[in-house]
Parts: sequence; structure tokens; C-alpha cells
Amino acid sequence: MNGDRQHDIDLAGLRIAITGGTSGLGLALVREWNARGASVAFVARTPERVEQLARELRGVTGIVGDVANKLDIHPIALQILGALGGLDVLVNNASSLGPVPLALLADTECEAIEDALATNLLGPFRLTKALLGALRASAAEHRGGAVLNISSDAAITPYPGWGAYGASKAALHHLSAIWNAELEDEGIIVSSLDPGDMDTPLHALAVPDADRSTLRHPEVSARELTQAIVGALGERMRVRQADVR
Amino acid sequence: MIVAREPIQRPPDARLLAIDAKGVITHWLRRDLAALLRRGDLVVANDAATLPASLAGLHAESGKPIEVRLAQRASLERDDVHEFSAVVFGEGDYRTPTELRPAPPALAIGDRLQLGPLRATVRRLLGHPRFIAMRFEGSAHAIWRGIAHHGRPIQYAHMRPALALWDVWTPVAGAPAAFEPPSAGFALDWHLLADLRRRGVAFTTITHAAGISSTGDSALDARLPLDEPYVIPRVTADAIAKARRRKGRIVAIGTTVVRALEAAATADGRVRAGAGVATLRIDSHTRLRVVDAILSGTHEPGTSHYALLGAFLSPEWLERGNRELEAHGYRTHEFGDSVLIERSVRWPGSTSFDRACREPTHDRALREEEQYERG
Repeated sequence: MNGDRQHDIDLAGLRIAITGGTSGLGLALVREWNARGASVAFVARTPERVEQLARELRGVTGIVGDVANKLDIHPIALQILGALGGLDVLVNNASSLGPVPLALLADTECEAIEDALATNLLGPFRLTKALLGALRASAAEHRGGAVLNISSDAAITPYPGWGAYGASKAALHHLSAIWNAELEDEGIIVSSLDPGDMDTPLHALAVPDADRSTLRHPEVSARELTQAIVGALGERMRVRQADVR
Repeated sequence: MIVAREPIQRPPDARLLAIDAKGVITHWLRRDLAALLRRGDLVVANDAATLPASLAGLHAESGKPIEVRLAQRASLERDDVHEFSAVVFGEGDYRTPTELRPAPPALAIGDRLQLGPLRATVRRLLGHPRFIAMRFEGSAHAIWRGIAHHGRPIQYAHMRPALALWDVWTPVAGAPAAFEPPSAGFALDWHLLADLRRRGVAFTTITHAAGISSTGDSALDARLPLDEPYVIPRVTADAIAKARRRKGRIVAIGTTVVRALEAAATADGRVRAGAGVATLRIDSHTRLRVVDAILSGTHEPGTSHYALLGAFLSPEWLERGNRELEAHGYRTHEFGDSVLIERSVRWPGSTSFDRACREPTHDRALREEEQYERG
């Protein structure tokens, strides 16, 4: 990847929201976008951590909520749209591993796989649906209109022990593909991307004895994902920047 | 008419009464709406998401319970959420019909209102014991958070279940701007948008702060609709200009779209892009400059919505349509059935160019336009 080109990415005026914004990849993305001038709203469950990050990064909006909870979805959506005045890009990043420590499927409690599906599949579905009108308007105005769902190679490869997580991410992956096909004519892009094995709290939960030196830094993945968003929006980024300036 | 009492946005049997430009009445299923539109037409919807604008709380000076219904703000700027005008009721909630709700305790300038996590102060009295200008304390973010968690959708006694926000957001809802849902938009779903596209019917949106529809007090109701801010995107203004060049019809989804587009209209029927405030009342005296047809709920005579329909056709034709709705058992109110009314060729609302001549030239104009665009 070309370092100079990365440095040039200017997100001024881009309205972007992310779930799971206070740790790991989500935190790295919030910092990355804020540094590049985007209008950012992030969602996370723990009020203290949301407040702390919102205080640290001035101008970034912190929203407390749990995407796995149906009743939280519209209050989250309302706060995102209120804070940003609309939405160009949504990143569904909040993820649940399912049972911790990881368990064989036959040893997985039904409630644990329900929890994984609630966070990894239903949450992104509900939040995207609630925000789809705003994303349609963004696409129609040639500003944006993209949904990025954070996936995993466990969505493709059947790793023993990763049943709840892998099955829910596989479903999210397929949901993204179908939604993308259905929304193509509206100009809305829905994609799912695997950021790779990163040195994050989620990875430490899953593989406590991993050799961290072999894992990617979330900041590196955050830059790549940002590049992917800019690439997906393509011409729209140039139109928007012409408007901003 | 029959009152729709369940919050179902698109019941499969929802009906549509159509009155065309010649006054001919036909009955349809609403899901067949696209079949009534023509290639080259432009459908314009209000994409405002609805605020949970009903805030229960206390009037601090008297300690008495109140319900505040946010009704108006000056602009749709995202940080412009401190100052609202609002209708205030005494104790109780939507289950009591609005006209039977007790008045709020006497309100005075400077009084403090405690509305869940939100704190506000009465700034002005607006000429009626129920109608105030108020100011929230705190940051814009804290106000959005407080409204998101404490507010409930405004609703009325005819709707029995307590509404959730997802009940009142239309499928295309985006920027949170409306105080009550732009409910004509309940008819839209993503399947319909795809169907319109297949038929060569264009679709676009404006954002308009649809206001409250009833206050339970006739003197206050007479002041509705209040001034309402709106935003018309550049792409929408361009789409309207393009549709008019093609001699396509501009079809407004709901009264709020008519209000915004006519507020932004120039004398020659173009629409100015950008933010504005709709102050005009639209009724049988209004000469419509932009909108050719309206999809709307079924409205009772005497309401401002019903009066607005009078801009499209003569009172006699409107009454005839109303009798037909009654006779065929149409459902009314925000989750009820719909009407599609095309502006009458013989009503003064017709613009200066000869609308009766539009239809025969429609296809030729469309061909010319397409050649122009290809060329």
C-alpha cells in the first residue's frame, strides 16, 4: 500500500458512525477518522469509556448503547442522525465472540449462540435498517451511502471452537452480499471485510496465549479499512470534497 | 370513515382512492400505486425522521405533572436544538383525547420544566395558555440524548398501543426533523422504490419538519400548520426541473412535501434548493406552481390537511371524493388508507401553461429529452 497516498486521505465533511468504538479496531478507526477530519459518532456499551473517549477526542460524539438490544437501536440511530445531521458511512464493528473461553459447538449454550447472533447479525441488521433512509439520501446527494460490516476469516473457514462467532459472521457476510445486490440501484454499497487477526482485546479473549508479535496492529487495519471506504465511495469522495472546499 | 387503530404502516389491504385531473374517481389497492404513475413522473417524499417529541415531566414551580409536545424549531441545523416552541398539557397522556386533556398549570416566563433527564425554561408565552417557547439546558448532544431516551412519539387516543419510534419512522426516514410522522410516506417501501425505477418514474426527497396535527383546542388548532423549516437538496431541485422539462408530473407524497415545494417555488415553477421556512397556508385559493398530484391520507373536513387538498380540485369534487371514501369504508388517520389526487384541469390551481395539452405531448417530449441527454 502506498504510504503517501494514505497520507493524502482527507475525510473532511464525511459523516461516519461506528459501533464498538471504544476498543480494538473500532477505537483505532475512530482516532483515524477524527485525525482525518471526518464528523464521527461512535457507539459503545460502557458509559465511562464512551465519556472518556468523547472527552479525549473533541468534536467526536459518543453514544451509549448496546446494538444487541432491540430497544437501543432507534435511540442510537436518532442520536447518530441528530449529531451528524445525516449519515454517509456506517461501520458495524461491535462483535461478540460467543462463549468465552471458546467452546465446541456441542458445548455451546443456546443462549450463548443467541447472544452472538444478536450482536453480530441482528444488531447490524437493525441499525442498518434504521439508518437506511439517511444512507439513501446520502447516496442520492453523491456524498456517500456505504455500510461496512466487519467480518472475519472465521466467516469463511470452519475453525473448530469458533462456532457461534463463525456462524454469526458468516450470516453477516451473506446478509451484506444480498443487501448490496438489492441496494445497488439506490447507490448504497454494503460490504463485509475481514480486517485480519489483530492485537485487540477480542483476540486476547479468544486466544489468550497468542504470540502478539504475529498479530497486526489495529491501527494498520484501520488505515487499510479507511482506504477501502474511500475506494468504495470513489467518485463521491471527490464530489463531496469539492463541495466542502 | 373507519378509524385505523393499529400502527401498521403498510397493511396488505391498504386502499387508494384516485381522483384524476378530469375528476374521475377510481379505487385501487395502495400497493399498486406505481401503476397510476407514468414514465417521466417524479415522486417526491419527505424523508424527515420523526422525533420522540412527547416529553413527560414536571412543572417545577407547581410540582404538577405535565406533558410537553415539541412543535417547532427555527431551523433543521443539527445544533439548533436548544429552542423549541411546544404545546403543554396537564396530567395524563395520549389515552385521554386531546380535547379532554386538562390544561397545564399556569405557566410563566422563567418557569422551569423537568422532563426526565432534560431541563428546560419557559422563555415566552405564545398567546395561548398551552403554547410556549422553551429553551433546553446543556449541549446539543445532551439534548439529543435526552430526547432519544426520554421522548415518546406524539400520539392520539384513537391509536391504542403505545407507539415506538420504529412505528413512526417511514422506510426512507433520515434526518430527525418531524414532530409527527410524515405519514403519507408510510406507503413507501423499498420494493415500491424499485418498482418506480423499473417504470421510469423518478424518486427524490426533501426534508420538512412536519408539525403537530392537533392540539385539542380549536383556537390553537386554527394556528396550524405552524411555520415549518425544510431543506431541499440540490439534486431534488434539479430532478424537479428535469421532470418538468420532460412534461412529467411532480407527485408529492404528503402535504408537507406540497408545503415545502410551493414555499420554495419561483414564479416560473422552478424550485430553489437549500434551507427555508414554509409559512404559507395552502388551500383552495392557492395557485400551485410545482406540484401536480398528491398522495395523502384521508382527511376530515375542517382540518388544515383537508384544506390543502382544496388547492388541487374544486370543493365539489373534493366533497364527492369524500363521500366516496365514506361509502366504501375507507380507513382514516395516520395509519389509514390513502388518496391520490391529481390537480384538476379545470381548477384555478392549474398553472399558466395548458395542462390539458400535456398528456398527448408527453411521450414526444420524453423522447426529445432523452435524445438531448444522449446527444
